[in-house]
Amino acid sequence: MDAILLQILNGLDKGSAYALIALGLTLIFGTLGVVNFAHGALFMIGAFCAVTLQKILSISTVTIDPTKTDFLGNPRQVKTPLVESWFGEAAGQAIINWSVPLAILFAIPIMLAIGYVMERGLIRHFYKRPHADQILVTFGLAIVLQEIIKAFYGANPIPTPAPDLFRGSFDFGVLIGYAQNAIIYPYWRLVYFAFSALIIGLVFAFLQFTTFGMVVRAGMADRETVGLLGINIDRRFTIMFGLAAVVAGLAGVMYTPINSPNYHMGMDFLVLSFVVVVVGGMGSLGGAVLAGFLLGILESFASMNGVKGFFEAIYLPSIDQIVIYLVAIIVLLTRPRGLLGRKGVMEE
Amino acid sequence: MLNLDRKDTLTFMFVIVVTLLAPFVMNPFPEASALAQFNAGYPDLMQRFVIFGIFAIGFNILFGLTGYLSFGHAAFLGVGSYAAVWMFKLLSMNIIPAIALSVVVAGVFSLVIGFISLRRSGIYFSILTLAFAQMSFSLAYSVLTPITNGETGLQLTLDDPRVLDGANTTGGLPVTNLFGLEMREVVSLDVAGWSFNFSAGYYVCAVLMLIAFYLSMRIFRSPFGLMLRAIKTNQTRLNYTGLNSRPYTLAAFVISGMYAGLAGGLLAAMDPLAGAERMQWTASGEVVLMTILGGAGTLLGPLLGAAFIKYFENIFSKINDTVLHSWFSFMPDSIDNFLVTIIHPFVGKGWHLTLGLTFMLIVIFLPGGLVDGGTRVWNRITGRNRNQLDVAADPKPAE
Repeated sequence: MDAILLQILNGLDKGSAYALIALGLTLIFGTLGVVNFAHGALFMIGAFCAVTLQKILSISTVTIDPTKTDFLGNPRQVKTPLVESWFGEAAGQAIINWSVPLAILFAIPIMLAIGYVMERGLIRHFYKRPHADQILVTFGLAIVLQEIIKAFYGANPIPTPAPDLFRGSFDFGVLIGYAQNAIIYPYWRLVYFAFSALIIGLVFAFLQFTTFGMVVRAGMADRETVGLLGINIDRRFTIMFGLAAVVAGLAGVMYTPINSPNYHMGMDFLVLSFVVVVVGGMGSLGGAVLAGFLLGILESFASMNGVKGFFEAIYLPSIDQIVIYLVAIIVLLTRPRGLLGRKGVMEE
Repeated sequence: MLNLDRKDTLTFMFVIVVTLLAPFVMNPFPEASALAQFNAGYPDLMQRFVIFGIFAIGFNILFGLTGYLSFGHAAFLGVGSYAAVWMFKLLSMNIIPAIALSVVVAGVFSLVIGFISLRRSGIYFSILTLAFAQMSFSLAYSVLTPITNGETGLQLTLDDPRVLDGANTTGGLPVTNLFGLEMREVVSLDVAGWSFNFSAGYYVCAVLMLIAFYLSMRIFRSPFGLMLRAIKTNQTRLNYTGLNSRPYTLAAFVISGMYAGLAGGLLAAMDPLAGAERMQWTASGEVVLMTILGGAGTLLGPLLGAAFIKYFENIFSKINDTVLHSWFSFMPDSIDNFLVTIIHPFVGKGWHLTLGLTFMLIVIFLPGGLVDGGTRVWNRITGRNRNQLDVAADPKPAE
């Protein structure tokens, strides 16, 4: 039992990332009817927002401290980050330490702006074009964004640590009455899960309980009628695109301590997120979230030794590598509209 | 001639002449000149032009003609490569059995995948093919290591059986050949500063590419090709006429899979190793880029796109800051440095940026690809009405 619980927990953090990206993808597809292959790149840009903030915060002034010398006898250079000299040593260090959570505030306006520019500048011209064209142009855009990031930050992963408070692991099992060391779980992964649950909740609440959200939902159901009622639905959809970009970006920001960001992380997640969207059902927000968590957990279950051994015994080896694709194929063939997809939406 | 109408015969002749004279055409600049780095006439690159040309021609039969966007075609290329290398290891270094097997294996593989994937169309088809290709890639990396040799890639070794060849007495690895003609053999011709390389491997690939091109031309002009076009234009209407379109799409899928297998086999024949990275989805994306860039649904487009991308991959990525400085050295230093800083991100290691930008511009402004652009310019010059053109350049997929 504790082993199963451990796998569920292990699947949660990846599942959260899948769910957040897939949520944004579905939001874009449901509102604008556009298949956005650049969504992984938005996730990656979010992660690099965290990197950038960390770099900005650690901009330092270099002074020479004559009282100390290094091993060659030269006076030692002392680097003082600007934030430390502005806010005092303790506060400055705390700010640097908390750079990843702070990057959330930094990333929201940036992602919103990027999403807005992307929609107005590019995606808008592709509403009426076939899905293949949308896939292709956003695929090209993803390559461009990826290469721009690579040109600025290099090809190597850049470590961005979590705040000291959340470093390390804790014994989750003891809390719910298991033996010690049965379920060890890193703090940050729990934070990540809680954070994504919060974001998903906020998005749903926004759509469900605000007038703006109501109009957007109406537009998703019948765009033409909403337009005829005198509502500028395009402007609202553009804002939804920005919102989807923010969701992807925040998923990226918070993911940085789990995996050091590199320029191709977006592409790695994108392929799986698309599978998640399709399994959940094109255009179904709940389906995307559900499928994201399900597939994340499934992936971690498949890597359990017992499960692996079982599948090896029936000649289906290394199931953990292919389980997501396998599930996607089965779902697509037996239930083309996905788990929670509405009848008639892209069901062909 | 060859059962082609006049226009097609001319196109085919043009392709034949350019392909056979490629060692001259690709080497327009003298060896010692500053522009020599733009020469593409070395065997390795020319082989890539035609091999990826075959790959893109095959992909075009599926995407350009039938309208199904597959994002997993590299899997067939990879399978073809593995099959060919196994033939080199077990049977003989002659490339004929290797290429034959790679086509057959890729055909069978695509039959299985196509049978399942073609039950859906539109974006679902893309995702299904992508899923299958990624599965093959993961499997090749992990479980199938006895067959694929995992991360290292499948290579020749000294103690392979090679039952048809005599015992290997040279002490080195044997070389792929066509009845004794070694694939790596190159004859150089030096004429007044120019140096032209004629590679045996290139001409083998080129002949196969011409056959492949001819076949695709016949498919385009056949009743079968017409049926594929009908599927792309409006599959629902076709189904309502009481026609089952599945066998046609499956045939197109298998044919394009076999083209990919042939390309994979040739890649292995030119350089006998095969790695799983050939099956990754970025490789599938590349062939999509080639076809779109050249012009999906046109005859010449895929060839053009493949050559374009492979050329820039090789030539652009070689241009570094030193080369740039030497170009602009006649200008004042400040302008020189300024220009180099501007151009730097787009060349050398950053050539993917140029590729992505070009690709976006093509999809946005020129959905018909380079061929469409060429015809538009030509019509502008000759003043002919655009409506007379054939509508093949319209890359609308099946939904």
